Amino acid sequence: MRGLWRLTWLETKIFVREPLGVFGTVVVPALMFIVLGRIVGPPMRHGARNLPPVVSVDLPVLTAMLIEISAVLSLVAVMAIYREGGILKRLRATPLRPVTILSAHVLVKLLFTALSLVLMVLGGRGSYPVPADVPLMSFGGGVLVATLAILSIGFLLASIAPTARFAQPIGALILYPMLGISGLFGPVEVMPPAMQTIARFVPFTYAVSLLRGLWRGDGWAAHATDVAVLALVFLVCTLLATRVFRWE
Amino acid sequence: MDDTASHAVIQVRGIRKAYGRTLAVDDVSFEVQRAEIFGLIGPNGAGKTTTMECVEGVRRPDRGSITVLGLDPERQAHALQQRIGVQLQEAQLQKRIKVREAVALWSSLYRTSVNGDDLLAQLGLGEKRNAWFMTLSGGQKQRLFIALALINEPEVVFLDELTTGLDPQARRAIWELVRGIRSRGKTVFLTTHLMEEAERLCDRVAIIDHGRLIDAGTPAALVRRHCPERTVVVTTADPAAADTFRAIPGIDAVDVAGAELSLRGRGDDFVTRVIQCLADHRITVTDLRTESPTLEDVFLRVTGHALRN
Repeated sequence: MRGLWRLTWLETKIFVREPLGVFGTVVVPALMFIVLGRIVGPPMRHGARNLPPVVSVDLPVLTAMLIEISAVLSLVAVMAIYREGGILKRLRATPLRPVTILSAHVLVKLLFTALSLVLMVLGGRGSYPVPADVPLMSFGGGVLVATLAILSIGFLLASIAPTARFAQPIGALILYPMLGISGLFGPVEVMPPAMQTIARFVPFTYAVSLLRGLWRGDGWAAHATDVAVLALVFLVCTLLATRVFRWE
Repeated sequence: MDDTASHAVIQVRGIRKAYGRTLAVDDVSFEVQRAEIFGLIGPNGAGKTTTMECVEGVRRPDRGSITVLGLDPERQAHALQQRIGVQLQEAQLQKRIKVREAVALWSSLYRTSVNGDDLLAQLGLGEKRNAWFMTLSGGQKQRLFIALALINEPEVVFLDELTTGLDPQARRAIWELVRGIRSRGKTVFLTTHLMEEAERLCDRVAIIDHGRLIDAGTPAALVRRHCPERTVVVTTADPAAADTFRAIPGIDAVDVAGAELSLRGRGDDFVTRVIQCLADHRITVTDLRTESPTLEDVFLRVTGHALRN
């Protein structure tokens, strides 16, 4: 892993130098949160039960998932651009190991995912205060586990995406519907049987279940299945991605 | 081990590489000696880059064996990467990476490295240390890639189509840099589709076309072997000169165009024989020039087609 920290730091700086990139992935979500908070008003305070549960109850989970997806999509796009531009090929002809190059990018995405979440928590404090009894450390751990699993799906997508132009839209087409049937917008149990079956194979279902549980104060033991599935997704996708990854 | 083998830093034996049904490299063998500039020449798509990338260890040949500095580029890739420097064709870096950051990253990857600032200064990039990669000109980018290829004080430097897309002035500057690399005792292995570049820069070249290696040698030897004919063009008012010239041993033809006579013949001593004849017969010439075949002519002859661009 020689060069990992230097490359990670370098990629962080390079990412920050692209104003639109930072604005889109870090600032916009936080701003939207604040603006929405002003318009809709704090749901908890008014006891506004007419709002859909995804806003009134699962807002933190929805937020975390959306940020993770946007991080993954940006990873897919970056890898596609790096491949098309011959950057990956150039890096590969050095003692840098492939896993180092890929890990550096994952670390950068994790860093900015964390940063977005912190900004949103701070920015949304007025409208959506985090209840004092929420185990934030535990929830943060859950976000990390879910993000790693989803990032590995992103890697797999990045490995097979034909061109940079299509990488991000294709990623979005695959990831957002997966979120749609993950149980976030309605319990899996009330879905038609076919959808339930699909939901069972969608990794997001387990990510949502884990995050929702941890936010409510569940222990990790109660979500062993979720963690196991996400770990499995991570291992399988990473393994597949390293097999099918194209450098040029 | 014979004398040749002990000086060969690169040995390529019978390599072959196919992409699907296309045979990119077909049974190619050659050797590169220590401290020489060796050029693989041929048109685009001839198999130059594939061959070079196999030698660098970036690609694996389907068949054949390669040794670089006594190492197997595939199985001993890590050991080899420390000792070679690579510039890839049409490579890019991150748009917003600074020149000095790229150099620092590369330095950190190798066990030995030269001073990055000195290297950038030598390559005329001292002023561009803090510039983003995307703001560099084509020549500056290539010089940066040369810097990155030299950062680890490599024993063998690989340069793939180094001057493609550069203007003549930038190209000449790069040639000087490459000669400088050789003068420091390093071996340079390059590819080019520019015959002028090969002729001026390379100690030895190998001609490759449609994946097959056609011939190898010094540019002068290749010209002698494949295009032995020489042309001497003289301008003279002497009306009897043409008949006198036709008696020169080894002459093939005398073409008369007014006062300008083109004498075509073959052999290394043809020019000497022409001058001898001028002296013996006291023929007064007002102008004399020789036209020698170039690598371009050699290429045309051995492949049967001109270089496509």
